[in-house]
Parts: sequence; structure tokens; C-alpha cells
Amino acid sequence: MLLLALDTATPAVTVALHDGTRALAAADEVDARRHGELLLPAVDRVLAEAGASLGDVTGIVVGVGPGPYTGLRVGLMTATTIGAARDIPVHGLCTLDGIAYAAGTAGLEGPFTVATDARRKEVYWARYADARTRLTDPAVDRPADIADRVADVPAVGAGARLYADTFTGVRHDMPEHVSAAALAALAAERLGAGDGTGPDTGFLPPLPLYLRRPDARVPANYKVVTPR
Amino acid sequence: MADEPLVLGIETSCDETGVGIVRGHTLLADAVASSVDEHARYGGVVPEVASRAHLEAMIPTIQRALKEAGVSASDLDGIAVTAGPGLAGALLVGVSAAKAYAYALGKPLYGVNHLASHICVDQLEHGALPEPTMALLVSGGHSSLLLSTDITSDVRPLGATIDDAAGEAFDKVARVLNLGFPGGPVIDRWAREGNPDAIAFPRGLTGPRDAPYDFSFSGLKTAVARWIEAKRNAGEEVPVADVSASFQEAVVDVLTRKAIRACKDEGVEHLMIGGGVAANSRLRALAEERCEAAGITLRVPRPKLCTDNGAMVAALGAEMVARDRAPSDWDLSADSSLPVTEPHVPGTSHAHDHTHGHGHGHTHEHVHEVSAGNLHGA
Ligand SMILES: [Zn+2]
Repeated sequence: MLLLALDTATPAVTVALHDGTRALAAADEVDARRHGELLLPAVDRVLAEAGASLGDVTGIVVGVGPGPYTGLRVGLMTATTIGAARDIPVHGLCTLDGIAYAAGTAGLEGPFTVATDARRKEVYWARYADARTRLTDPAVDRPADIADRVADVPAVGAGARLYADTFTGVRHDMPEHVSAAALAALAAERLGAGDGTGPDTGFLPPLPLYLRRPDARVPANYKVVTPR
Repeated sequence: MADEPLVLGIETSCDETGVGIVRGHTLLADAVASSVDEHARYGGVVPEVASRAHLEAMIPTIQRALKEAGVSASDLDGIAVTAGPGLAGALLVGVSAAKAYAYALGKPLYGVNHLASHICVDQLEHGALPEPTMALLVSGGHSSLLLSTDITSDVRPLGATIDDAAGEAFDKVARVLNLGFPGGPVIDRWAREGNPDAIAFPRGLTGPRDAPYDFSFSGLKTAVARWIEAKRNAGEEVPVADVSASFQEAVVDVLTRKAIRACKDEGVEHLMIGGGVAANSRLRALAEERCEAAGITLRVPRPKLCTDNGAMVAALGAEMVARDRAPSDWDLSADSSLPVTEPHVPGTSHAHDHTHGHGHGHTHEHVHEVSAGNLHGA
């Protein structure tokens, strides 16, 4: 098994190569505005560092969000295009599940909450029984509206840190962003030990979890004019 | 290279997901998935709706283009993509796909300029572009006069709209007339039944002291809206055909007059017209008439190649390969305001070793402002 994992649903641009047992190489950069520029060089770097090539990759793992639209699409478009070009299966995982899994690895036992920054004063969030078991569908909400459901419960992620008044059990010793290495480890577990060609279960289609309807706003000049 | 370059081009600058494949100057495939129906009820292109549609349409459209062309992805000599200008989020989907595709196939990547692509597409229709060529680009987003001596390296802006694009004026007038979106084709149809001299609408920026090659359609649009309003307030029926014909005449009169003047001033003997508005039948007819009178050779691609499509991007990509221009780097960014003076975005790293996953080092610092300035500004 050789999994190439990537996620651009949060400010992190994260890529890892995982052999089913451990991460062979990983790249993590936090820059919410440059997902498009950073992702492919990171993929290239991670492969080179592990001395591997795309031809060796048996599966691609991609975080499907929820996440702010523009960055989220970079990871999904990259993963699915590489998969289509090289005929490699693409497995989608909820980005929040990756953070939960990493929290479990870091020693957090359940129950707990994972929350990321959805901007516009909202969070993407879900509740977990433990690192592998999500109890609720991912949702987008204003922190104040979910206060009674998340107060005093351990909470992980940038969304919890940002709204610590609401997420009163916030754990600063736990991962802030998703890491592709954690996503890959979770996927490896789900694919089962061995050669990783077992049944494809527990994955989501590689399509974005937007959770919001598009803004139906037409810009004043909806196409570009020639710069003068 | 003995054979002509086989290039796949991806275009996502607005609402069309276009994938085209060309071999040199020969069109092999032109696959387009449009989200225009989803935008129609908003009366314009909604960026987030367009971006979502691009993501879903991309891979099926690539596969359709390969099938249509009857070529295998491994035979391609390069992947070209619109790097800008356009809607930032929409461009980013295409750039991400093109980079991943080129990387996965081990092919060179060419980030190219959308406007230069609109010019270069004419090579698929009429063969090699004459050098120099004057280009009039008119669409919902562009109204520009450009002079090119080499489409891969030298495109000079002579003039552009100072407010609305020509296509936008069509959309807005169509809205006032309750004709729906997009407005270009429907106004063209109505105008055929109308009298272009029925109403004397203003010709913007045509005074002796006005910028000779710039355009303005905002005043015209307002004049048409006022004229219609006055009719309605007087309880009279609005003569849709005459309004359409007179409005359209005002637009194409200014466009062709300025284009011909630019050709004469610069001593250029070839004029190409591209962009969605180039499909307008009256623009084609009047341009033909005036070019003939001025001794200028007119080149207008068929309508499907004038609107946004992937073939135009592939055409410019193929020219980049043919002229041995430097490929782009893997950190190529979508640039919503890429200047027209940059026909492509060459890489700065020197190790262009496009093998699978190795040796594409990036030691340089690439600082790039992705600004939406030109998108929402005037
Ligand atoms: Zn265009």
C-alpha cells in the first residue's frame, strides 16, 4: 500500500505519503491564500523525499472538507485529476475526521468536538465519541448557536481556539489543523492492513462538502476588462 | 520537433468549462460544458456557481475531448491552461486541474493568457496568424483593441473599454427589453427585423478629442434605457425590433470604425475579431464591408471558436511549444488580472525535468498578488 494524501480544506496545505504503517514523508504549510500555488510543489517534494514516484502510488486520499470553497476545490481538483490521469482510486474523507484521528493519536479520548474556522463568524464542526467515531454530520453554525452543545466538552481545531468563549473545553495541546499524515493513517486503517486493495468502505466520494449554498451575487463587471 | 505539437488546453475563466485539443493549427476536439443556464436567472455569471460547476465538469470534459480527438493522453506534447485574466475562483479550478494533469502525465505545463488565446484561435480557422495582426476582442468581459507581432511574446493593448464591455451592454439592454440572458443572440435576432436608423443612439468616445481606440458603452446603455422608459411612460408600445437594431448599430459602428482606424494608423493589413460578440451577424457584415473598402483582410473565426473554449487555449499552447517558449512552473497561480502584455507565464526554475515526480526543484521565491481589482472595478 502506498497512499498519497492531501487536504486543502483549512488554512493548511498538507501532503503526505504513507505506506500503510507510517508516513514516509510529509509537507505542511499554513497559508490560507496560496493553496493553489503551494499544493503541487508540495506533492512533488513529498514524493521526491520518499524516493517514490506516482507510479508506485496505490491510492489517493483527499479531505473533502467542510471548508471555505476556493481552497477546498484546489485539493479535490488535484486529487481527482491525478487519479483520473493515472487510474489511481481516490478516497474521500471528512477533514474533521482527520483532525479527530490526529487528536486520538495525540492521546485524546472521547467524547470531544472538532471545529474548524468557516469564516464569516461561523465554524464547521462535529461531535465525536472517540477518534474514529463521528456522532453528528458535519455542520456550519455560529458558535453562539451551539454553545450549549459544545461547552465543557474537550474541543480540538482552529475553530475551537478562535471561539474559546464558546468551546470552553478547548485543548491547545491538540492539533490545530488537519494533517495529511493523519488522514492517510485513517484511510490505511479503513482500507485494512495488507495490500490495501480490500473493499472500498467508509469513504466519501471525492466531492466538496460545501454545507453552504453559493452566494448568488453577480459582480458589477462580471468579466474582466483588459488591464490598461 | 518534426511533427506539429499535440496540446490539450483547459479554459475556466468564466462560465464555460472548455477542453480543446489541437495539433499545431489543426483543431481535433472542442469540448465545452456550460453553466450558463444556472446563471440565467441571476442575469449574469455568479462566480461561485461557475466555480462549482467547473469542478464537477472538468474530468468528464477532458475525457470527452480525448475521445473526440481520438488521441491518448500519453501522446500529448503539453498541457495549456488559462492562467488569467478571469474570475479568480473559476480560474483556480482549471489551473489546479491542468497542473495535476501535466504533472501526472509528465508533460510540460503552459499557463497562458485568455485574451491572447482569443486571438490565437484564429490559426485553427485561417492558418498562421499574420504578423502583425490587429485584434478586436469583444465579449461580455472584453472590449479591446490589441496589436500583436508575435502571439507568444508581443501583445500590445491599444485601447479598451473605459466602462462596460460590449457584451455587457447587450445583456443590459436585453434585460430592459425583457428578452432574457444572455442578450447578444436575442438582440441580433430582433435586430434583423428592425431599422438600424430608426433611433439615433449616441456613439461613445467618438469625438475629435476622445481617446481614438478606447470604448465606452455605459452612456449608450443608459440612453437606450431612457428611451424605452419614455415610451413606456407615454403608454406607447416599445418597438423592440427597431430599438434592437438601432442599439446594435451604435455598438458595431463604433467597434468597426475604431478597429479600422487602428489598422490604418499602425499600417496593419490584417484585422481579426474574436470574443462572443464576434458571433453578431451585423458586426461581421459591417466589418467585412469596411475592411474591404479599406483594403484590410478580415479574419473572424466561426462563432463556436469566438466564445470562450478550450481549443483557443490549446492553440496558444501549441504555439508556445512550436516556438520553444519556457513552460510554467508547478507553482503557477491563477491571476485574475493577468496583464494582456503577458501572453504566457513562463517558469523561472531552470530544471524543466518533467518526469514523474522528480527533479522539479523550486528554490525561487514566487510572490504573486492575486488581485480582484480589475474584476469589480471600472
Ligand atoms: Zn473570453
